[in-house]
Amino acid sequence: MKMKVYLTYNVENIRLPIIWQLGQSFAIITNIRTADVKENMGLVALELDGAVDVVEEAIRWLESQQVHVEPIEQNMVEG
Amino acid sequence: MTESIVRALKCRECGEEYPVQPTHVCEFCFGPLEVVYDYEKLEGNFTRKLIESRPQNMWRYRELLPIDGEPTVGAENGFTPLVRAERLAAALGVKELYIKNDSVCSPTLSFKDRVVSVALSKAVEFGFTTVACASTGNLAGSVAANAAAAGLESYVFIPHDLEQGKVLGAGIFGTKIIGINGTYDDVNRLCSEVAGKYGWAFVNVNIRPFYAEGSKTYGYEIMEQLGWKAPKHVVVPMASGSLCTKIDKSINEFIKLGLIEDNSTAIYGAQATGCSPISKAVKENTDLIHPVRPDTIAKSLAIGNPADGYYAHRVMRDTGGWAEDVNDEEIVAAMKLLAETEGIFTETAGGVTVGVAKKLIEQGRIPRDESIVLCITGNGLKTQEAIVDAIEKPRIIQSNLKDFDALAAADGVQV
Ligand SMILES: Cc1ncc(COP(=O)(O)O)c(C=O)c1O
Ligand SMILES: [Zn+2]
Repeated sequence: MKMKVYLTYNVENIRLPIIWQLGQSFAIITNIRTADVKENMGLVALELDGAVDVVEEAIRWLESQQVHVEPIEQNMVEG
Repeated sequence: MTESIVRALKCRECGEEYPVQPTHVCEFCFGPLEVVYDYEKLEGNFTRKLIESRPQNMWRYRELLPIDGEPTVGAENGFTPLVRAERLAAALGVKELYIKNDSVCSPTLSFKDRVVSVALSKAVEFGFTTVACASTGNLAGSVAANAAAAGLESYVFIPHDLEQGKVLGAGIFGTKIIGINGTYDDVNRLCSEVAGKYGWAFVNVNIRPFYAEGSKTYGYEIMEQLGWKAPKHVVVPMASGSLCTKIDKSINEFIKLGLIEDNSTAIYGAQATGCSPISKAVKENTDLIHPVRPDTIAKSLAIGNPADGYYAHRVMRDTGGWAEDVNDEEIVAAMKLLAETEGIFTETAGGVTVGVAKKLIEQGRIPRDESIVLCITGNGLKTQEAIVDAIEKPRIIQSNLKDFDALAAADGVQV
């Protein structure tokens, strides 16, 4: 499954290598499309590609790191 | 039948264009897609006279709506009254005030009937037979009703704690109604997953670019009803921020097409203090919108992570408008003020609009001597919980004149 999400970082976690950690901990291909850091806040558009349960687990982990995860779209099929 | 002037779907961020299809995000940068038009094709053919000759519904502006054929859903919707509000104007201390009254929009008493008419007509063109939405209440009722009338299956997803009037106002139409344990933002999150998996037309997910265009008709009608003129100031309630951006788009389109003169209209956004991510961004002049967890009686506006917040902020900044927010007591007081001065019973979202307008006028942000339109977008019968304790209860007496005489005397009524 491919899942497109927006990640919102806050002052506490904005300097952490969270997307690197995500790639190390889960069998997921991460693909950053845009990123913006401003006024103590970070916004990243990220695509997560992997098995459905792994993607869901990865999103829960991101939320446990206080990253706000906003899904944009999910594609079950390639497209 | 008129030819569609829709050119494409275009990414609001990187500008990439896509063919017209049921999709809402850019494959490159994940930015939101918007419908763009070839306005030149209308050159000279889309006139005041032509529009005025058509039936009084939202489709009189159909060239500027993104469907190809005749509307198949909500063909009679729209064209609500624009009321000159003399008594409210006096109460607020302003000279020229109007209410655009979508609390009586047909068929489900909110402006959502506009967006849904376009979304479902487009969904039918795309060949969908099941339609769905994530809703803060009004959208659910509108999708359910318009789908029923068009013979479409519908699923509506709402937060579990909505007002009775909103839940009943959807359920009656035989829709499949799903309450989600969580806020609207949780509902929306689930819906973006469901939309990908089930292949339905989610009006505010994969059909969103088309859906959102329907809000422009609210703006077109204001300008036509003002005598082909844009007001100086417009106050708009904001949830996702979409209506705010589309009122701006409607004005710019009418200017571009030569239907009105540019009146430098300023657009002001209204939110509830308990859910004010957009008004906060405007007041602090920050570009990014910080998501919040909503806590307000204005449940229809309770979107903590507004999809169009960034663009709504830009509209307010670029038009010289502003944003404000009002708390629950101010919302109730404003609902009563509108009802007692104009005889219009709006829902909490309308209380937000009136309350914020009052605040902006008192702050001097909206001048007292220029034309102002307030966007009243929903009906008070759907949010009775919010005001039930603030309204006088009937005084119960026996059915005899003596009892009434006593009561009238206590009121100081002279016979
Ligand atoms: C009555 C009412 N007014 C205004 C809005 C704001 O809509 P938008 O999401 O376009 O900002 C809503 C949204 O649900 C609503 O129900
Ligand atoms: Zn793009």
